[in-house]
Amino acid sequence: MSPAPPSVRQELSWATLMRSSLAGDEASYERLLREVTPFIRSLSRRYCRNSQLTEDIVQEVLLTVHRMRHTWDPRRPFSPWLAAIAARRSIDALRRSSRIARFEVNDELAIETFAVPGANYDREARHAAEQLEPLLAALPERQRRALEATKLRGLSTAAAARELGEPVASLRVIVHRAVKALRRRAGLEEKAEDG
Amino acid sequence: MIPNDTDELIHTLARDLRPVRVLRPPLARAGGLLAIVFLVIGLAVWLKADLPSFAVRYAEPRMGLQSAATLLTGIGAVVAAFYLSVPGRSTSWSYLPLAPLALWILTSGLGCSKYGVGLGPEGDRLGLSAHCFVFIVAVSIPIMAFLALVLRRARPLDPLRVSLLAALGVAALAAFALQFFHPFDITWVDLGVHVAAMGSMIGVAVLCRAAIG
Repeated sequence: MSPAPPSVRQELSWATLMRSSLAGDEASYERLLREVTPFIRSLSRRYCRNSQLTEDIVQEVLLTVHRMRHTWDPRRPFSPWLAAIAARRSIDALRRSSRIARFEVNDELAIETFAVPGANYDREARHAAEQLEPLLAALPERQRRALEATKLRGLSTAAAARELGEPVASLRVIVHRAVKALRRRAGLEEKAEDG
Repeated sequence: MIPNDTDELIHTLARDLRPVRVLRPPLARAGGLLAIVFLVIGLAVWLKADLPSFAVRYAEPRMGLQSAATLLTGIGAVVAAFYLSVPGRSTSWSYLPLAPLALWILTSGLGCSKYGVGLGPEGDRLGLSAHCFVFIVAVSIPIMAFLALVLRRARPLDPLRVSLLAALGVAALAAFALQFFHPFDITWVDLGVHVAAMGSMIGVAVLCRAAIG
């Protein structure tokens, strides 16, 4: 069942809060994110019934809103922009989770048959790793450890948070900043604070 | 009620907030890029093209229609790419270049059909058609690089669709520019080479879509 669209009053309120947020008003931004979270959650539930995965999606959407806030046109309604981000992130999360389910073996007795690194030689992967190493080394330690745990070792956010002693939400922000810093160092992103 | 993790994330994001410069509307951004592209193409045409021959060749209605369809495909695809790079815009923008593209294929096909399934009045001209391939690719690459640089500011949620449209637009604009330097009538070999060049650009753009996402 589709979630109820926001009322006209809500739409106007969110647009006003977002305009203030674009100018750097932290209080408006925090209020906006809190007010839209239930809407994002109900949108995500269209795609996913798993409550943990839904909450992961909500947090991904909030992070994406934060990264892409400069793309919202203040002359246009806010909720279609938000709904598009929520739909996209929900689909991405579903694809990721079905990919993991297809290939992951969740068995304590599963034995790694190729423990010798040389047996898994892959020239392209090694080249990518060689390029990535100096970029990773240049990151602040907290960001580097967060990135290694989640993206390189493939731990789930919850498992990585437990290992590193960080709250899950903070870990997501740290990883987000680390990826942003890596992209900047690799010349893939502009330095300007435009989202 | 918001779970603790999400609550904390919201608080952290709010503390992380900085003022941002909002992107200009998609049409304005597309217009700016196209203006620069046409300036460069116009300069090249003015300096190097055989304009009197072009005028004679394209006075024929079919040729004029083909030229217009190529141009409109390029403009339409680039505009669509800019609209789809921003969340919340209708996906119907994807269809903008389809009608001119169909007209372009139709008018090109009609031109080629003059020679039946033959290779044209000058026989096998694959060597000359290869110049068309090089022209389209050589013109497309810098435009595509510039377009990718501009598009990635929006960080499109669907980089695949945006890359496809951008590449189609760029290749069509390159094919439009080629018409000013194409001294012979189009044959099936020419058309095949043009399509191959455009397909190559689209393929490369799809492979490199991470650069704009």
